[in-house]
Amino acid sequence: MKGVAMNNNEKTLFTRPEALVDVVTHYCPGCTHGVIHRQVAEVIDELGIRGRTVGVAPVGCSVFMYNYVKTDFMEAAHGRAPALATGFKRFRPDMIVFTYQGDGDLASIGTAEIVHAANRGEKITTIFVNNAIYGMTGGQMAPTTMPGQPTTTCPFGRDVNLTGYPIRVAELLATLKTPAYIERVAVHTPFHIIRAKRALKKAFTYQVENRCFTLIEVLSTCPTNWGKTPQESTQWLEENMVPYYPLGCYKDCEKVEASDAAV
Amino acid sequence: MAKILMKGNEAIAEAALKAGAHGYFCYPITPQTEVAEYLSRRMPEVGGVFLQGESEVAVGNMLYGAASTGKRVFTSSSSPGISLMQEAISYIAGAQLPAVFVNIMRGGPGLGGILPAQSDYFQAVKAGGHGDYHLLVLAPSTVQEAVDLTMLAFHLADKYRNPVMIIGDGMIGQMMEAVEFPDKYEEPELPAKDWALTGAKDRDPQVLDSKYWALTGAEGRDPNIINSLYLDPVKLDDNSWILHEKYETMKRDEVRFEKYKISSDNRLLIVSYGTMARICETVIDELASEGVSVGLFRPISLFPYPAKQLREEAQKKNIENVLVIEMSIAQMFEDAERAILGAKPVKFYGRTGGVVPTPDDVKLRIQKLIENPSYQPSREA
Amino acid sequence: MPGIKIDKDYCKGCELCVRACPQQIISMSKDITVRGYFYARVHEPSRCIGCRICAITCPDAAIDVITNGTTFELFHY
Repeated sequence: MKGVAMNNNEKTLFTRPEALVDVVTHYCPGCTHGVIHRQVAEVIDELGIRGRTVGVAPVGCSVFMYNYVKTDFMEAAHGRAPALATGFKRFRPDMIVFTYQGDGDLASIGTAEIVHAANRGEKITTIFVNNAIYGMTGGQMAPTTMPGQPTTTCPFGRDVNLTGYPIRVAELLATLKTPAYIERVAVHTPFHIIRAKRALKKAFTYQVENRCFTLIEVLSTCPTNWGKTPQESTQWLEENMVPYYPLGCYKDCEKVEASDAAV
Repeated sequence: MAKILMKGNEAIAEAALKAGAHGYFCYPITPQTEVAEYLSRRMPEVGGVFLQGESEVAVGNMLYGAASTGKRVFTSSSSPGISLMQEAISYIAGAQLPAVFVNIMRGGPGLGGILPAQSDYFQAVKAGGHGDYHLLVLAPSTVQEAVDLTMLAFHLADKYRNPVMIIGDGMIGQMMEAVEFPDKYEEPELPAKDWALTGAKDRDPQVLDSKYWALTGAEGRDPNIINSLYLDPVKLDDNSWILHEKYETMKRDEVRFEKYKISSDNRLLIVSYGTMARICETVIDELASEGVSVGLFRPISLFPYPAKQLREEAQKKNIENVLVIEMSIAQMFEDAERAILGAKPVKFYGRTGGVVPTPDDVKLRIQKLIENPSYQPSREA
Repeated sequence: MPGIKIDKDYCKGCELCVRACPQQIISMSKDITVRGYFYARVHEPSRCIGCRICAITCPDAAIDVITNGTTFELFHY
């Protein structure tokens, strides 16, 4: 543990997880990627699966995730992470495979890959970081951008008459019949961060138990490209994103949906 | 083992299984769908992985993921599908993963047609994806050769940590011939796959050195990272030079070709590959029985191209013309011309779009060329 | 006696911990780090209750929470 003198009476209540590399990240100040990375690392540590976990890094701000989380990693082409994960997991069902993807990766170029991985019921875990914008490339409109939200490719705000409404991935995937665990959480306040961890842990636990496809959509901030301070960003998320992207569990393979049971 | 009558597509599939390739990802496309259908039955029998993906785009990327485990994997497709896989091929080459791609060519460009063609030569040999890389490309002309080259392909893919392509055409895919599989596949020793992703435990990650690889979970070792991203231009330059050295080694060690009825009586040298070469062989035999001597130089490895050997043959005193015959519009012609370096006139005859030149078509043009060495072959004779 | 240690080299001055702290004992310094950020530091360490909410909120894992002596059963995180 860095920088803390431990003596016999001292007990650590919280520190950087083992699976999180001890480096300063390239993420912007206040970017919630940092929180989510840390929580993924915490879950990996708590479940004791680091030695048999493979991550699939996306194209996006988190393209360097392999520098931050101490597991084997594959770098995927944009949007293709679920396909890589499928190819890998089918050969090595004993290993824990997760993908970590942003809005462009998963909801734009990668829509086919995620829908089919979910539909085939690939026993992988996908962490979908939804910050309603394309971060790495400098703040362009994403399929998840809110109506009226200005971005560099819709400077007057997203016009739903021109580009439709934002895509709600959790709901979309929940309509598939194949069992899955799909939950939407957020990480903009401590209250939400604590609950996000529970969902992430449940998702990875389900994979350890070989149950079903798991996806956690995490509403996140992007202060730099939203043009706001980190504090203002958490507020904007609460006021604008949470009402449109309701938090909660959309599908749980434990509970068979009533409509599915009838078929 | 006895010979069995098998369709080309199915023979290639069985050959892959014999080579220990127990992972196959596919998408249906004519004229190679039989590979997938055959393996959907056979792969579970050998305890392997068979998966039909949602598109060739996805399939190529599934191959990347599966190859990262260190196991032998392959896919098959046809021209339009191979176009979709170019992204994955570029990534696989850049990340130095072994994988085998089977291209059963059909007429193009675009949706094209479903009949045989050889119009993906540029795409295969000049690298259809972005970046400085090459595919090792092998072109069979009989079903037995397809079996042999498929088994070899997996060995070469592992040896060089590079994707390898078996390039056939609809004819080879669809026709049935007698084939023989070796009882036991013997191959020389290969380097260990310490790069594979097998899971990293109790270690700090280190930036991937191109010598380490398969992902097997970093249990008891440092994490491995399968990657083609190098933002530092010096490192990316390094990676491309590492790939380049592999290709130079391939050019030295993996050139394959065949000479048919080459002799000092030849007045004409034919250069042709794949099914087209077989048609040329039929014509050469016919002409030989009529007292006309023509030889065939048949490249088997399209990359590395047998340039040096072709030039040696073309430079022989008795050769007046070199005639490249292919089912495309002068694609391999360019490499042949470049290999011969102006030593002799190089001419082209071909049809594409699924039109397969008949032996008579070919014979007519050869005869005209022998009669009049400055004749330019064309579609209309 | 619980307390926190904020490693200023990891702090990017996002100020999320400032609002997260229920005791409001974190504030931003007037100095900058080598990366040019104003960093967070505890201005009233005696009132820290070791709730860990600052550390849980920090995107850069810059905060360690320790205690000397008795701890109460905290919420499971």
